[in-house]
Parts: sequence; structure tokens; C-alpha cells
Amino acid sequence: MPPIINKNKCNGCMNCVTICPVDAFGHQQKGAAYPVVNYPDECWHCNSCVLECPAKACTIRVPLPAMMVFVDAPKKES
Amino acid sequence: MIAQKKVMECDLLIAGGGAGGMQAAIDAADAGLKVIVAEKANTRRSGNGATGNDHFMVYIPEIHGSEQDYLKLLVYAQEAKGGKDMDYLLAFMRNSFDVVKAWESYGIPMRPHGDWEFTGHCRPGVQGMYLKYEGLNQKPLLTKAALKRGVTILNRCPLTEIITNEKNEVCGGVCIDLNREVPEVQIIRAKSLLIATAGSMMMNGSSSMGWMFNMIGCPASTGVSTAAAYRAGARLVCLDGAVAPIGVSGCKFFNRGGKATWVGVYTDMDGNPLGPFVDKPDYRYGDFTADIFPQMFNMNFEKGNPVFMNCSEGTDYDIEYMKWALLHEGNGATLQHLEDEGFDFRKHMVEFNAKKGGGGGKGVGIDTYANGETTVKGLYAAGVSMGNGMVGIGPAATTGRIAALSAAEYCKTRELEAAEEMETVAVSMEYYDKILSNEVSTATPSWQEAIIAIQQTMWDYLGSGVRSEKLFQVGIGHLDRLEKKIEMLHCENNHEFLRCLEAMNTVQVAKLCMESSRSRKETRGAHKRADFPFTDPSYDGKLMTIQKIDGELVTGMRDMRK
Repeated sequence: MPPIINKNKCNGCMNCVTICPVDAFGHQQKGAAYPVVNYPDECWHCNSCVLECPAKACTIRVPLPAMMVFVDAPKKES
Repeated sequence: MIAQKKVMECDLLIAGGGAGGMQAAIDAADAGLKVIVAEKANTRRSGNGATGNDHFMVYIPEIHGSEQDYLKLLVYAQEAKGGKDMDYLLAFMRNSFDVVKAWESYGIPMRPHGDWEFTGHCRPGVQGMYLKYEGLNQKPLLTKAALKRGVTILNRCPLTEIITNEKNEVCGGVCIDLNREVPEVQIIRAKSLLIATAGSMMMNGSSSMGWMFNMIGCPASTGVSTAAAYRAGARLVCLDGAVAPIGVSGCKFFNRGGKATWVGVYTDMDGNPLGPFVDKPDYRYGDFTADIFPQMFNMNFEKGNPVFMNCSEGTDYDIEYMKWALLHEGNGATLQHLEDEGFDFRKHMVEFNAKKGGGGGKGVGIDTYANGETTVKGLYAAGVSMGNGMVGIGPAATTGRIAALSAAEYCKTRELEAAEEMETVAVSMEYYDKILSNEVSTATPSWQEAIIAIQQTMWDYLGSGVRSEKLFQVGIGHLDRLEKKIEMLHCENNHEFLRCLEAMNTVQVAKLCMESSRSRKETRGAHKRADFPFTDPSYDGKLMTIQKIDGELVTGMRDMRK
């Protein structure tokens, strides 16, 4: 569920927790080693946590209902 | 009993630290006011522009010519459709360029390619109105500019109630501090109050079933302060435009995937262009068809034709330009998602549609005069909080500035009052206590149940494409019963406490939208009344209003200002 925290990279600064515009983490995480995403289905996919992470430990996974729909573009006439 | 923090004081209290609220904070501080921003999240990354925008609507005389020339362009801007108050448009127009120059002084790149560049949201042969800029870090930079000027920013401390005195003048606000384990009440005495929190997204629903935070606009905008303004006696306007059956166009299912930032052509599956403006991708224009005629998506779909954004024939520069702009529009996660899925702009094309739900919360807001004042003394509104305003980052920041300067004048005549002693405070604290004391179990409903129930009611009885007195009666009756149930919502922590408050305010705004639509007894545009199938000329040039007068809900209309 979005966002995803890579524990091998995370430095536990909790920037992602304090910055999230929709509180997808749940705000009270003082003293924890790593952030926990308590409300993954409240993610807005805005990328704030990715942008604010100094350790590049944060990525977003887009949930299946929001997956883009795409097809092959028609071949160009040469 | 919910704890109360030490009372704070300021000249201007700003609800919502998005682009409009932060611009207001900066300008009010420059005008010598003591400013507090009450923000639900964190102003560094909050609001509709949290992670960026790339189009700033602005009037630059040397590029656009006379004001009359610009007004002619505005008619075709999606944000001004249906008409706007002329004094509002003029005020926006005359102040917008100064705001752009101010943004440049805060370090936001407003001409990243050297000159003022107007690309996208336009068509060949016609001057664009949207300045292309790099908005990725606009919120951290606006926050920095505000802090530098001594603005107090209260993060995780949203405004929930407006406090007025016995003469119905603003004297403060009730906020909820969510920074500790349990919520605490923060009363702020203020000479004036600016609402800059945007509309009520949650009422609209998402276009992907069961994924309610999948939205274009920020889902934290739930209409709490719109409802609070109504409770304080402010007149609301244009609520009949809510939950339109044809919403905002963009990527299908993924609601915050952008639209006019894409550089391509709307085509059918075989690559045939569907609109009249472009037949090859061109970074200067995009495809204006969706701005001006979003109905084309449904028209084609009904014929069995899905519509695609086809960028495959763009030049290398077109594709790179688009990727750069999408990043600055706050669509970094969108780009990443496409890459993860193996999408190639050269080989694939994404389906677009005009989604019901997930929209920008248009048409739900506070009625304002051109200077940002509302009908309540000392209460101002900016950005999408203005029911009669335009959507977008340019209008948000510009109206924030206009309202702040009006408030600065007003504050000169005002003294602080003991807002904490007003009845509103006791009533709201009692309500907060009740939410906190509701039984935490399956015996009482959750906030998610409440929001889904409101959304399905709004879709069926307001957004289905047909409206009628009977449908309104049934829909409003159902919302009334829901409101009673929402009083019983339970919360386990301060996160859920806020969601419960949002649900209550959302249902109240939803009811007002239905009542306002009900009072429009004609058919016009998306407002199709089965019982009033004709357009009634007596509504020409009018805006629908709704207001609480002597405790009663009163619907009406007013002339659009010429």
C-alpha cells in the first residue's frame, strides 16, 4: 500500500509523517524507529513524502483501482 | 472534557495555508499585521498545490494587450465558464502580474526558460493565458517567505469554527490542535479571519470505486470552513453547481494525473484526432478540446469509442517538455507509475475521460465581494473558498493578496475581543466532547461509512444527470437521517477525530448544495430539471445564494455584478 518505506535506507527522521497533507501515516509516531503507514488507503499520491525524504527511502505505489489505462499507439505511417 | 490550550491573539487569522492562504499571510505581514495561519497539515506541502503546479493564470499587459483583449480570452478559460462577477475578474486581472513578480522574489522560478512563456491550455493562433512555471517547490518557498516576515504557522491545527460577537462581527476562531496524542482546542482571538481552505472535495466522491482519496484536488479540503462560514451567517453562492454529472477531464481512474500539461492529441484508438485544434502534438498548445468541450469524452464513449491522449508523434522536445512540466505540476508519482508499468510515451497512449467525482470542488463556496470581503464583518475568503471565484493557483494567490490588503485596512478600526467567552466556543466544545465519548466499537458507525453514504446520496440525487423536486425531497430526507447518525461516529485517535468532524461538515455542505439546487426551478447547462425542463430567462445573469438568517435556511439569488 502507498507509500512504501525502505527500512534499509530510512533514517527514522519522520519527515514523511509530519509532511503528509492527508495524514496517511497517522501523526503520533514519536520514538518509533521507522514510520508506519497507518492509513494507506488515504494516500493522495501527491509525492510529498518522496520529495521530503532526505534518505530517498520513500516510494509511492499506485493502488490497483487507480491504475492508468493504456493501449499501444497506432503505428505511424512512414 | 477536551483540553483547551492558552488563548492566542492576532490581527488576521488565516484558515488554510495553501497558496492563497500563504500569499495572504505574506502580504498581511508586510502590511504590519500579526498573522496566524491555522493549517490542517503542514504548509510546506499542503493544499491543491502541495507538490506543485505548472500553469499560473496571469494578465501581463505587454503580452496580452488591453484589459478588454484579456477579458475576451477569459471567456474561453475553463475556470470562467458560466460567467463571473466583472469586478472580481478586473481585480484578479489587475493584481495577478504583481503576484507573479512577488513569487519570483520568493525564489519560485516563474520564467524557467528565460522569457514569460504561455504554453498549454490554449489553441493555435490565440495567445495563452497560463504562465508556464516551475511550481514543484512553491509551498516550501511560500512557507519560507511567510516565516521570514514573522508569520506564526500552526501546523496540524485546522480551524473548525468561526467566532462572532453579538453584532455578528468576527472576533476569533476555534481550531483543533492535533499535535499530541489527544486533540486539544486552540481558541484564537482575531480582528479578522480569512478562509482559504478550498471547497468540499469529499462530497464529490472519487471516480474509482472504494478509493475515496483518489482525487484531483487535495482530499484534506472537506468543506469544514465553508460550513463554519454558513453557521456564522455568511452567504454562500453557486452551490447549485456542485457534483455536476460531467466533471473534470483527465486520466481515466487516476484522478491526479493531470490534463492540459500533457502534450498530445485526443484521438480514437486508430489515432484519428477527435478535436478541431491540433492534429500533431505541440508543446505550445496541448489539446484545448478538453478545456472547452469536456462532453466529447462521453459522446465518444457512448458510440463505443474510448478517447486517448496520444503523444506518440511528438518531437523529442515535446516529450521532454511534458515530462518536465508534469513533474512541476505535482505529478512526480504519476510519471513514476507510468514508468513502473512500462509505459512509453512513444509507443503507448493513455485513456482520458471526463470523470464524475474526483473533481475540483467547484461551485461550493462563500460569496465574496471583489475585495475578498464576505457578508459577515471581518470575514474574508480567497481561492476556491470563494463560491464566485475561479479555480487555479493564479486566482488563489491573487485573491489571497487582495483579501489580505482589505483585511489590513479593516483591522485598523478593530480591537481584540474575548472570543473564548462567546457561546460558539461552549457549543463546539460540547460537540467535540461528544465525538470523543462515543463508544468505540462496531455499535457506532465509522467516518468512512458516513463519507461513502454521503457520496452515493449526492451522486444519485444531485449528480445523476437529472434533478427534480421529488429527487431533492428524497435526497435531503436521507441526508437529514445521515446527519443524525453522523453525530454518533466514533474515533480511536486524533486522526479519526478530525475525520469525524469532516464528515459532519461534509453532510452539512451536501444538504446546502441540494437545497440551493432545489431552489433553481429551471433547466440550464448541467442543471437538468425533469420538472422544469425549460430555461427560464429570469435566471439570466443570476447566481444562486444560500444563507442562514435568524436561524433559518434561506435560498435566493443575486445579480452577477457587471
